Amino acid sequence: MNVIVEREKGLLELEQRIGDLKALSEQHPEASFAAEIRALEEKYASLQREIFGNLTAWQKVHMARHPMRPRATAFIAALDEFVELHGDRAFRDDPAVIGGIGRLEGRRILVLAQQKGRDTKENVRRNFGMVHPEGYRKGLRLMRLAEKFSLPIVTYIDTSGADPGIGAEERGQSEAIAQCILQLTRVRVPVLAAVIGEGGSGGALAFGVADRIIMLEHSIFSIASPEGCAAILWKDAGKAEEAATRLKLTGSDLKGLGIVDHIVAEPLGGAHRDVDATVTSLLREQASSLDALAMLPLERLLQERYAKYRRIGSWQSQSDRMVRGAT
Amino acid sequence: MPSVADWLRGRKRQIERREPGLWVKCPGCSETLYRKDLELNLLVCGRCGHHFRMPAADRIVSLIDGEFHEIAADLEPRDPLQWTDVKTYPQKLAADREKSGAVEAVIAGFGSMGGIEIGLAVMDFFFRGGTMGAVVGEKIALLFEESARRRVPAIVCTASGGARMEEGLVALMQMAKTSAALTRLQDARLPYICVLTDPTTGGVSASFAFDADVIVAEPKAVVGFAGRRVIEQTIRQRLPDDFQTAEFLIEHGHVDLIVDRHQLKAQLVQVLSMLLPGTGAGVPA
Ligand SMILES: [Zn+2]
Repeated sequence: MNVIVEREKGLLELEQRIGDLKALSEQHPEASFAAEIRALEEKYASLQREIFGNLTAWQKVHMARHPMRPRATAFIAALDEFVELHGDRAFRDDPAVIGGIGRLEGRRILVLAQQKGRDTKENVRRNFGMVHPEGYRKGLRLMRLAEKFSLPIVTYIDTSGADPGIGAEERGQSEAIAQCILQLTRVRVPVLAAVIGEGGSGGALAFGVADRIIMLEHSIFSIASPEGCAAILWKDAGKAEEAATRLKLTGSDLKGLGIVDHIVAEPLGGAHRDVDATVTSLLREQASSLDALAMLPLERLLQERYAKYRRIGSWQSQSDRMVRGAT
Repeated sequence: MPSVADWLRGRKRQIERREPGLWVKCPGCSETLYRKDLELNLLVCGRCGHHFRMPAADRIVSLIDGEFHEIAADLEPRDPLQWTDVKTYPQKLAADREKSGAVEAVIAGFGSMGGIEIGLAVMDFFFRGGTMGAVVGEKIALLFEESARRRVPAIVCTASGGARMEEGLVALMQMAKTSAALTRLQDARLPYICVLTDPTTGGVSASFAFDADVIVAEPKAVVGFAGRRVIEQTIRQRLPDDFQTAEFLIEHGHVDLIVDRHQLKAQLVQVLSMLLPGTGAGVPA
């Protein structure tokens, strides 16, 4: 059960009543429903603020997983142009990954995206956005293409994690993810990642090593699902909400930890309440980030990327308890 | 110069403390084994060949010739998320230190193996399940960078349940940190060999472990991305016993060699001696 969908039910009821009243007042212009409509609209606005004004980590987990949340295809559709390129050249085309070449407000880019479905039928075809090794190997092939033709890489992250199945293990899920991560640490073009929904563990990170990381306001990026974390560390799946808070998986938490660079605000009520506005905001941020990265000489870009990852995580020394590192 | 034995004396002798006592029951053949005999036999069952999990310090002694110079030995984790579940993260770390005698889940350093200078990191499953947090990530990254600087090959023996949950995304990002550092070794065209030992899963198998030039596995070692239980819950069926074992991996083309622990050192030396031009002294700059 999605806690956001549950909370939205009251809003949708109000929306329905407002719509009905408006229709009624058109049919009967002699009767005035203006005062009632205004009262309902005020109630709607205040309920909306109450529900969405200050989402908890657990609510953000559910917002990130909202069935109506815009998928990567929503953002790709807004590019000036896009040609999808299929397949890993070895086994099959993984529908959980969309890759291709495109143009973002005039800038040539290579797109790599994890794609969940928008309905049950698409979710079955896309494996709920859970990528198989061949999906990562398609990504790896396209990273090399990007390097060869100097195309900045723009990724969209939205997966609960890499596929945990027999075929995935038989075909080397670990190796496929490892190669993607390594390639992104060294690829000689700018890399810009955007977490648009769920960033789940190593399967998300395979497309998430980047010069800049953007997160949509209510997206999450986590080492494990809160449910999985609760089951392992508390041995109690009921602790998922507490795990969500403790994991520090929201954009603002991760910006605080120095891992995420930009947060793109979502419309009140979440990205799905106004997909066009969300798409426009993210594309604008991507365009300006790409321009900033394009200003850097390549060697400096690569040095900065190296230094950025080299710095993540701090320690103390046993002898002097001296605190080193950045976070 | 400290010998391996001196170095080891400086640390507490690490033995498998989860089953203390003189006698150990072999999970492979159910035979009751005398612990001393087992240790003299590199923790391999003399009857059925079962490879017991090996503490990092014992592994280093089994591979290094004379002296071992540990690097970054005194790094201790901080608590980036101020983590608490049923215990706090610092409490768990203290308990593991006490129980395992190790200070973290990896030991890294330099020494010679069969006359070849190498960088060696060995992970320790007895400390936090060998999980990778910022300290493990840092030590592995330092090993790759320092091996590149010294122009010597690197060997990592893995044993890990993956990225360390208590350090959250900071731990996950160590996958990127170690991979970035590995590119330094690759650019220097120096060999990197990974020895997969039981068990190696998650964030370690999906980062530097499977990026190696040559990948060796110990017999029957369980290696995979997802844990067995997670897969069984997902597909709602029982997996075959050999699933994700070294033998399964070599059949599917994911590892180069399965090597018995008694032959490991000789096999690594042989491979390195052929990958390196010149004999045993590293690569000239
Ligand atoms: Zn036995």
